[in-house]
Amino acid sequence: MSAHSRRLPAIAVESLVKRYGAETVVDGLNVSIASGETFAFLGPNGAGKTTTIKMLTTLLPPDEGRILLNGVDLAKDPMNARRHFGVVFQDCTLDKTMTVHENLWMHCALHRIPRAQRRLRIGDVLALFDLADRRDSMVSALSGGLRRRVEIARALLHHPALIFLDEPTLGLDPKSRRILWAHLQHLQKECGTTIFLTSHYLDEVERFAHNVAVIQKGRIIMQGTVDSIIRYAEKTTLEDSFLFLTSEETQTKEDRAVVAGA
Amino acid sequence: MIDILYCLWLRQIRSFLRARGRVVSALAQPFLFLIALGLGFAPIFRKAGEGNYFVFLAPGVIGAGILFNAVYSGSDLLWDRQFGFIKETLVAPVSRVWILLGRALGVASVALIQAVLVGLLCLAAGRVLPDAGQIGLALLFALLIALIFAFFGSILGSVMSDAQSFSQIVSFIVTPLFYLSGAVFPLEGQTTLVRVLAFCNPLTYGIDGMRGALSGRFVVAPSLSLLVLAVSAILSAGFAQLAFSRIRP
Ligand SMILES: Nc1ncnc2c1ncn2[C@@H]1O[C@H](COP(=O)(O)OP(=O)(O)O)[C@@H](O)[C@H]1O
Ligand SMILES: [Mg+2]
Repeated sequence: MSAHSRRLPAIAVESLVKRYGAETVVDGLNVSIASGETFAFLGPNGAGKTTTIKMLTTLLPPDEGRILLNGVDLAKDPMNARRHFGVVFQDCTLDKTMTVHENLWMHCALHRIPRAQRRLRIGDVLALFDLADRRDSMVSALSGGLRRRVEIARALLHHPALIFLDEPTLGLDPKSRRILWAHLQHLQKECGTTIFLTSHYLDEVERFAHNVAVIQKGRIIMQGTVDSIIRYAEKTTLEDSFLFLTSEETQTKEDRAVVAGA
Repeated sequence: MIDILYCLWLRQIRSFLRARGRVVSALAQPFLFLIALGLGFAPIFRKAGEGNYFVFLAPGVIGAGILFNAVYSGSDLLWDRQFGFIKETLVAPVSRVWILLGRALGVASVALIQAVLVGLLCLAAGRVLPDAGQIGLALLFALLIALIFAFFGSILGSVMSDAQSFSQIVSFIVTPLFYLSGAVFPLEGQTTLVRVLAFCNPLTYGIDGMRGALSGRFVVAPSLSLLVLAVSAILSAGFAQLAFSRIRP
């Protein structure tokens, strides 16, 4: 990667707005995420996290605002922007009637990875996520934890500099979560991949994320490092801070969109 | 691009072959029609001096098989939307045109494979051996209706929201298309209304074309039928692209 692209934020979002009918689901979002960091997007159910990820991944056109991924404007050049990221959506998007290998092969084709390279790339991601022995299993026969790993492996096939993970650990048992995080940390160390994730498991966010944003009703109410947020809320854990910040009383008392120590 | 089309095409073929129930029913259904209708109507047909009903019916049943198979495959798209795979294709750096086209080609091919298998068995049963030109022309007609209805199924799969209403609405649409196509009865001698409706139905031209290609007796000139079918295919592709581009997963 060139020095120039290193200085660009991996994700820059300016005044992003999305409305469904009369309801404003994402309401003036501003976020900047540095290349190589793990950024956690937190918020109660219905806060607008998935809607934001859909906009960041070109699936949903925003009503207002601008999104730059590695400096590429999503509205102007979505095809080019799609080369820069991988994404794992909240609900599984694997083709369950196909094998793991067939799913990965399809991804390679969709991302126009030359045929000659596909074997190697597929072998690499399968090894990275300890999936080599599942290569020819039908996806429908895999457990939730394995499916998640296959999905993340698939999202990395085209070597994106950035991945979006929408509740990647939802519904996984503690051991699978542990394994998944080990893989993600390894990935970040080896490739410097920027990770943008949402999660309701605040213990894992506290342990692994560098920066977090807390959103509620489509607005960021708090943004900063994990430590700065805990300090601001005067709690001992991120979970307590989160519950405090998103509670009704805090909402009415505090100024919105406070940014704690950048 | 070709590779993307090929992979999406292959996916349709594979999922057809893997769902054994679908293979069996896709092949059995035309035969049930042939036997039931053939046994019932053949004597009446012969008495009316119309010739061999079986020879008349076979292209109709093959055409109807293509219709059912291709339109119902729109539910695959609905499934992909419901179970998420569609998102994987829509975030790839590929225009939706190619995604739709690869899918539709796969659906049309599956319908054609079925048509060819049923056709071969019919030819064997009827002890007829058409020449290569006749077979080629019949296949061209079959391909065109397969494409038209594959795109039509994609439109339905793009705009509908749940699988249950899909099958109800589809049977509501497909049944009249089937009966008003000359698949089962000759169009000569029908009321004007029936004839007008039938000639608004692309399937009519496809079935007449296949029938004519094999027997030499066309109701509509084959060049006109080909033109109508080609225009219909382009129109249905256009509408399918419009509907597909509006999918918001
Ligand atoms: N397609 C849609 N049409 C209408 N409302 C929607 C749609 N998708 C999401 N919403 C609404 O937007 C809000 C935010 O949803 P979502 O982004 O999925 O939240 P989160 O992922 O944070 O739980 C919810 O209130 C949801 O009901
Ligand atoms: Mg969500």
